[in-house]
Amino acid sequence: MGAYLIRRLLYAIPILIGVNLLTFALFFLVNSPDDMARAHLGNKRVTAEAVEAWKRERGYNRPLLYNAGRDGIERVTDTLFFTKSIRLFVFDFGQADSGRAIADDIRQRAPPSLALAVPTFVIGLLLNVTLALGIVLFRASVLDWLGQIGLVALMSVSSLFYIIAGQYLFGKLMRLAPISGYVDGWEAWRFLVLPIAVGVIAGIGAGVRWYRSLFLEEIGKDYVRTARAKGLGEAQVLVGHVLRNALIPILTGAVVLLPLLFLGSLIMESFFGIPGLGSYTIEGIQAQDFAIVRAMVFLGAVLYILGLLLTDIAYTLVDPRVRL
Amino acid sequence: MFPLRSLILCVCVLLAGCGERAWNDPYPGDPRVANTLYTSFRDPPKHLDPARSYAANEWIFISQIYEPPLQYHYLKRPHQLMPALSASMPTVRPLSASGYEVWGDVKPAQTVYEIRIPKGVRYQPHPAFADNGSVDDLLDPARLLAQPDRELIAEDLVYQIKRLAHPALASPIYGLMSEYITGLGAYRDTLEAAWAKQGRAGWLDLRQFPLAGAEVVDRYTLRIHIDGSYPQFIYWLATPFFAPIPWEADRFYARPGMAERNLSLDTHPIGSGPYLLLESDPNRRITLARNPNWHGETYPVAGPPDLLADAGKALPFIDRAVYTLEKESIPYWGKFLQGWYDHSGISSDSFDSAVAIGASGDVQVTEAMQAKGIKLQTETESSIFYLGFNWLDPVVGGDAESARLLRRALAIAVDYEEFIAIFRNGRGIAAQGPLAPGIAGYREGEAGINPMTHEWVDGHPQRRALAEARELLAQAGYADGVDPLTGKPLLLYLDAAASSGPDSKAMLDWWRKQIAKLGLRLVVRDTDYNRFQDKMRKGQAQLFQWGWNADYPDPENFLFLFYGPNGKAAHGGENAANYANPEFDALFERMKDLPNGDDRQAVIDRMVGILREDVPWLFGFHPVEFRLNHAWLYNVKPNLIARNTLKYQRVDAEARAAATGAWNRPVLWPLSGLLIGLLVLVAPGWWALRQRERRVGVEEA
Repeated sequence: MGAYLIRRLLYAIPILIGVNLLTFALFFLVNSPDDMARAHLGNKRVTAEAVEAWKRERGYNRPLLYNAGRDGIERVTDTLFFTKSIRLFVFDFGQADSGRAIADDIRQRAPPSLALAVPTFVIGLLLNVTLALGIVLFRASVLDWLGQIGLVALMSVSSLFYIIAGQYLFGKLMRLAPISGYVDGWEAWRFLVLPIAVGVIAGIGAGVRWYRSLFLEEIGKDYVRTARAKGLGEAQVLVGHVLRNALIPILTGAVVLLPLLFLGSLIMESFFGIPGLGSYTIEGIQAQDFAIVRAMVFLGAVLYILGLLLTDIAYTLVDPRVRL
Repeated sequence: MFPLRSLILCVCVLLAGCGERAWNDPYPGDPRVANTLYTSFRDPPKHLDPARSYAANEWIFISQIYEPPLQYHYLKRPHQLMPALSASMPTVRPLSASGYEVWGDVKPAQTVYEIRIPKGVRYQPHPAFADNGSVDDLLDPARLLAQPDRELIAEDLVYQIKRLAHPALASPIYGLMSEYITGLGAYRDTLEAAWAKQGRAGWLDLRQFPLAGAEVVDRYTLRIHIDGSYPQFIYWLATPFFAPIPWEADRFYARPGMAERNLSLDTHPIGSGPYLLLESDPNRRITLARNPNWHGETYPVAGPPDLLADAGKALPFIDRAVYTLEKESIPYWGKFLQGWYDHSGISSDSFDSAVAIGASGDVQVTEAMQAKGIKLQTETESSIFYLGFNWLDPVVGGDAESARLLRRALAIAVDYEEFIAIFRNGRGIAAQGPLAPGIAGYREGEAGINPMTHEWVDGHPQRRALAEARELLAQAGYADGVDPLTGKPLLLYLDAAASSGPDSKAMLDWWRKQIAKLGLRLVVRDTDYNRFQDKMRKGQAQLFQWGWNADYPDPENFLFLFYGPNGKAAHGGENAANYANPEFDALFERMKDLPNGDDRQAVIDRMVGILREDVPWLFGFHPVEFRLNHAWLYNVKPNLIARNTLKYQRVDAEARAAATGAWNRPVLWPLSGLLIGLLVLVAPGWWALRQRERRVGVEEA
């Protein structure tokens, strides 16, 4: 497994360089350093000199990819791409173009994102798997049919609707929880209970249908028939055999998501006032802050690679036949 | 039923912890009755450093923390300057090149502003003033208040002026100020060299570099030297750009590790104003608290009678102000209605539920709002939104008679009153000229209407008939809107910055409809804001929409938008229309140096008259801010020029606690319904399962 992990980590390097190059190309296709300077300096009384000074101070006065005015290796290293990218590989995100330290921003904003995303994910997973097992228990019955109608209906509703309806019903009409906001520490539960409930409910439609299809695929297999032949009850068959064997696809979908929970949810955090990372990248794009955009895209790529790696490892844990 | 009982028990245990507080109270750590203002902000501030900050969402905070030499009277309109930090209004001495005072029409070689500050003014407590102040001293509110302070001296004001030229700060007003403050341009070069020499990092002690234009006379007096004359400079002295900064602040924040933790003047100001920053999390919450060292001030004794209940009383009234980030309008509005915010703006979504417009056009809050004691306040902003014609464009621009007639026709045809009604819920007034209400030189009533576009009918301005516009268009050579060169409707091009707002498409359709009223066709060139700005800088747009917020309440701050040497394409200035008229330019140069009075009014009238005849803009509208205040908030007078209004406001915390308690009792009965609903859903499944297992058992038997 060790050799496999090292090999995968080495594969990650060209992937990350590629992601970084693509981010760089896309960003500067749309924004020039002059545009960035003007976005940061504001709309009023911005002089050409101020723009140049801003670029000089932040190193945006260099050529993008190739510096013809330099010799040797500096033709590549004394460029915007190289100087802005190289430190990412040691996870030194540096400062945003507005001057804020990106690593500190991430450190401050990640815990609220996790506080919202992890319970939503865990509760959602458990509830969806339980409901899916319940529906599979009554497969091909009226209950299954009604359940599917309900799930399709739940899937068809926009997540924004769940948020607004949740805030209106539980926050505004019933006044059971704050409509939005966040505090640190244990008191955070008051602010998290509503968005977690909304997040879980919003995910039921798609989640339960997905797990139901996984379980139905398993339930026709020989080992299930054998289990029934041994005299096990249907519930025991489902939980003891079908669920265990369906864990591989469940893990495929779930484990890969785990690291990405760190990045938060844009809409949920925005509506519920959770000061997480969900909107950080979007804010960076809107503010034409390349430092934030490259850091967050890089981080997202690293986390995704990590998620895939964790998935591979999880395979070996749930299925002894898999060897890395 | 055991799981259900457990669930109810758990809920009860959790809720028991809520005590007397409302369950939906978003301030669980605060006392129920606290002399605190609760409000919100929508965009996190990027810069709280007064040398860098130039945005309204940042000045909301720093205007309470920093105290510049001057301020505006809270209640008087038109706006009137008065001392804030300074002991009195600055003395202004125009001097000849040889240093003698000059009078009358003689152009001074320089103007000297002498500012005197009172003795004994002290900064807020801050670890920057301690020998070994630590980060914890800064971040822990209790420890922050126990930190040392020091007396504010004239050198601190000079230090801040020097900071405007610091290369690392990129102050937005450096370009403007370097044209006026003696030696500021050269000073930037000096700092640039020193900054580069020390590796563009660390603390650059500006005290070792003298600036000719900012002179310390004695411990409490400074002089600012202005090249020539710039009478509007005095307004800048009321902005945070000229608030004092202690040199210790820069030294403190230049320490290793500070930047990595986002500790800087951009996040943790050091001021001498009525409030200090206690909690700085721009992504969540910003808390201000009363500065124990503030030198004090009393509530104004002159102004509207309904706002004089606290006349002469010591300021500030409020101990703390909690600003919560609220990005979305729906939760923001819900929390305001529950009493968790003391005041609110009104979004388009909630306008109808908040405001009722009577048959006679009077505006008041709806009955539901009245029942909660919510009051409405309106204030016309010192801003203008307009449609500009590029003076360099061969069709609509320039001094040719046909282009002028075409612009005049459009000025009548584009019905801004309709625009205000449709897209702003009536929150605006159609502009009759470039000057906003409340600005010196603005004329009210019949004398103020634009005779090219409006008539005075029954005590109100009324837009001229479309037939007049068509007649003007025919005189311009475009009868029925047809371009004689092509035989087809004349094409006009509107450059607009793309907006993702819900009304943006409808707005562009509205523009097409307005132009089509004359038989013309409008092509909208919707681009991102970068491209839009680029086109404007190159003078490539034909028609464009833009706006202007006043920096200070002087007509110069609007009329300079038409001054030829400020042309955007040729000079990179703020004259986006690239308008050029020698007579206007000459009048502008005269007007900007005149004091307010009849002479100046006459010049302004002529200048506005020229603009109305030439029509470089369709004067769009001045926005009107609608603001709702809860009954427990007092002394509120919106002031869109000055933002240092927190110190005047007062909160009745007892009344608020009573109201929020009554309005936020939890409603529990739907929970029972919800539980019953869940049971109804689960029970058939449970029953079916039991039946199935029993059936299997029978079969096995």
